Amino acid sequence: MTAPLEARAMGSSIERLDGVAKVTGTAPYAWEQPVERPAYLHPVQSTIALGRVTGIDTSAAEALDGVIAVLTRHNALRLEDTSDGELAILQDDAVGFRGQFIGGVIAETPETAREAAALVTVTYDQEAHDARLSADRDDLDAPDQVNAGFPTDTVQGDPDAALAGAAVVIDRTYTTPAEHNNPMEPHTTVAQWTDNGLVLYDSTQGVHQVRRALAPVFGLPIERIHVTSPHVGGGFGSKGLPHSHVILVAMAAQLSGGRPVKLALTRQQLFSVAGYRTPTIQRVRLGADREGRLTAIVHDVVEQTSKIKEFAEQTAVPTRMMYAAENRRTTHRLARLDVPVPSWMRAPGECPGMFGPEVAMDELAEACGVDPIEVRVRNEPHIDPESGRPFANRHLVACLREGARRFGWEQRDHRPRVRLDGDWLAGTGVASSTYPARSQPGSVARIRFADGLFNVSIGAADLGTGTWTVLTQVAADALGVGVGDVRLEIGDTALPKASIAGGSTGLASWGTAIAEAGETFLTKYGTEPEDGDELEAAAPKNPAADEYAMHSFGAQFAEVKVHRFTGEIRVSRMLGVFSAGRIVNPRTARSQFLGGMTMGLGMALHEHSVMDPRFGIIVNHDFAEYHIPANADVLDMDAIWLDEVDEHAGPLGARGIGEIGIVGAAAAIANAAYHATGVRVRDLPLTPDKFL
Amino acid sequence: MKPFDYRRAVAPESAIADVAGNPEAAYLAGGTNLVDHMKLGIAEPRLLVDITSLPLDEVAETQDGGVSIGANVRNSDLAAHPLIRSRYPVLSQALLSGASGQLRNLATTGGNLLQRTRCVYFQDVTTPCNKRAPGSGCSALEGYSRYHAILGASDDCIAVHPSDIAVALAALDATVVVQGPSGERSMALTDLHRLPDSRPDLDTVLEHGDLITAVRLPGLPWAERSAYRKVRDRASYAFALVSVAGAVELEDDGGAPGEVPVIRQVRIALGGVAHKPWRATLAEETLRGVQATHENFRAAADAELERAAPVGDNAFKVPMVRNTMISVLHELTREYS
Repeated sequence: MTAPLEARAMGSSIERLDGVAKVTGTAPYAWEQPVERPAYLHPVQSTIALGRVTGIDTSAAEALDGVIAVLTRHNALRLEDTSDGELAILQDDAVGFRGQFIGGVIAETPETAREAAALVTVTYDQEAHDARLSADRDDLDAPDQVNAGFPTDTVQGDPDAALAGAAVVIDRTYTTPAEHNNPMEPHTTVAQWTDNGLVLYDSTQGVHQVRRALAPVFGLPIERIHVTSPHVGGGFGSKGLPHSHVILVAMAAQLSGGRPVKLALTRQQLFSVAGYRTPTIQRVRLGADREGRLTAIVHDVVEQTSKIKEFAEQTAVPTRMMYAAENRRTTHRLARLDVPVPSWMRAPGECPGMFGPEVAMDELAEACGVDPIEVRVRNEPHIDPESGRPFANRHLVACLREGARRFGWEQRDHRPRVRLDGDWLAGTGVASSTYPARSQPGSVARIRFADGLFNVSIGAADLGTGTWTVLTQVAADALGVGVGDVRLEIGDTALPKASIAGGSTGLASWGTAIAEAGETFLTKYGTEPEDGDELEAAAPKNPAADEYAMHSFGAQFAEVKVHRFTGEIRVSRMLGVFSAGRIVNPRTARSQFLGGMTMGLGMALHEHSVMDPRFGIIVNHDFAEYHIPANADVLDMDAIWLDEVDEHAGPLGARGIGEIGIVGAAAAIANAAYHATGVRVRDLPLTPDKFL
Repeated sequence: MKPFDYRRAVAPESAIADVAGNPEAAYLAGGTNLVDHMKLGIAEPRLLVDITSLPLDEVAETQDGGVSIGANVRNSDLAAHPLIRSRYPVLSQALLSGASGQLRNLATTGGNLLQRTRCVYFQDVTTPCNKRAPGSGCSALEGYSRYHAILGASDDCIAVHPSDIAVALAALDATVVVQGPSGERSMALTDLHRLPDSRPDLDTVLEHGDLITAVRLPGLPWAERSAYRKVRDRASYAFALVSVAGAVELEDDGGAPGEVPVIRQVRIALGGVAHKPWRATLAEETLRGVQATHENFRAAADAELERAAPVGDNAFKVPMVRNTMISVLHELTREYS
């Protein structure tokens, strides 16, 4: 096992090493990568949700000046492996959701490609589709497992009997809507076929994952796919694995006469083909004694997937470990619909799955007349209720207490709707946060001493999170040198393999590989290496992962104001207190926590992908209609963390922080809105009409 | 986007001739709406006549104590103009509540009035829409109608007009100066936009080639007591769920101590509720000559909303308009009531 690093560079707030390049516009994102004579692709998408394409007339498009080729299933590359229904585009005439790619136009300019794509006329044999999610459906179906390999259902004790005998029962249904990842940088891929195989400049959360996913699809050996992605303008999970646009542009690049082909999805296209968070319908039942001690927790989730590819969000999984209760049941049921394929969005599972239960805990606190923080403290488990293992570092109570102190919680009058500030009803709310502390084994780091610098290479990704900066800090400490002595390379499959930037695992996984490589390098070459000294080392598995339940925790506090006449709602104050192990760079970490909380604010108040089931489309598919927080929505927001090093989290002592900031935020805001207004809204988002 | 020719207009007359003589021509001002529509395939002009160089960018006092606003005056410039800020705060507030700083720097006074609905079906060429494709049907009627009309809609269209400043201008009795192939005319702002009836494809009464050259505000000293209140789903950069533009003049400002003052004159216009900025004449009639009390405010709102016909998702707009109107009237009379 790699020895713990001594923190010298780690813990300091150095500025982003890629900051100047980004603000001066010189950081090459996928679209900006210099390529020779690029051609441009504009997709053709289905305008029915289910059926068959009976004809595609490309003549008008082909006749347009500047059109190089029109891609359809008739001239598309045959894929070797079509088992992934999302990626297997243009292989037959079937349409599985509206907006699915059925072709594309390759042209000299993006504008020509777009115009020509509009000239492609398609005829269909349309079938009646089904795009309506409801908990009343009689065809709801239990998947074999849910995302990340968790069991679909769990049961402990006899929850029905416990509920029947409980002094206090909360039985409510909560819903979260579909939401779409909207990174600033569009989903972009530049593809070119060369003698060496397929070359991709991609906006991705993992270059090695892209090539591993595509190799079998194209029937290529892995080494014949080269992926480059040094900078990514946000992903949130939607760039975690390649979506069908990567297939489409690779197909197009086969028809371009060897020229590279560029594709950047429009904002509207993103809403059909780049994944989204499933809507969830969550029935939560809590049984407790009169002091608020839980005897039973039941969390039954209904959500959706696409018929063409299953994705089952692990919504009820956090309920399995969050609070102590002798009796517990969690279930997941899926409606299989003719809709776009759901996928990862920041904290899949925990993010929607902590909304229902954390509002229910607020309702329990009120029903028992107990402080909402106290009711959580009373249900603190001593071991992980699911696995029976001890928690490695469970500091939820410390987060709640520290947050209460800073937020001024002790003075809170728990009665709802008794505070008026001008025309604004005011209230405060709290919710717990959690996210698993995972790391992925197998990442490899290479260290080569050359030009007086330690060149550290790993095929990791920076989604705007600070990877360039924090891995340089880790490498400096791993080698016992200053950050100026390290030259980092990431974002290319030519570099050693790295795990994905997802599940908040990046830093711990990549950092462990770098720590291992540094330790090995110093052992082999000493502190005075010679030019050309080089080695690679792989991150060992963290043995603590099998002994402990490893999670990060947090407490979210919100102050909300609701206009008593118009129902407008503002989050006037927000505080997040997190326990996430060592914080490697406080500056970039704070940004990431605040970013997560802001996204949580958007989940609470704004985000809602509106499905029109008659068409099978998200109708509000642009930034004017799909709301995320604007600057004016983000008022006084702060994030702090406990000063700690997690001795079970590998040599860095750090757990990931990419996702925990969003978890619990919406529940805290909903609880505060109740405290302000006396109106308990259980369906997100909390729009003004719900408070009239 | 289809290829198009681009011409920079040097004089209004030639610009009008260029557009009037070509059914596929369109004026280009700030482009904040038209260019989006060209990308989306909603508008496919083959000739753009750029009018931003025309000398229509003055804000000037008129002899009757009003203000004349050139059609090319940018939203941000107009919002910051001392004459507008001091005499017509409702207009300045409406301007600043619209869009974003960047968009307001580009968008013009005339262009703002002619922006088209944000109905999601109008903006998606793959769905039926009578406004975009006459006769294809209205997808919103039984679809996503959260933002849609509760007043003056038809079975063919329930879209709303998205402008904020048009609402303020409607309250202020503004007139619009239009130059067309056959000369200049002017009309009340409230007559510029139409209700959808059976022709939702027509947003306004303008003919092809008509060019808005100015907007005129009449002298209205008591509009110093005016306000614009926009209720929306986020704090900025969102279209109105509903909005209320109001101005109030009280009898003997101040009144006797302890007495609730009487409303002498009042102007109210509503946004986010109809295919056009909605002048709330029934509410105004109810309020004229009565005391500025909560009960009278409510009666006025109820009078206006008696004809409201929500469709599905937008039933909340009825209480929201009522409450917002009452809230604005309180704000405008607060120090007296």
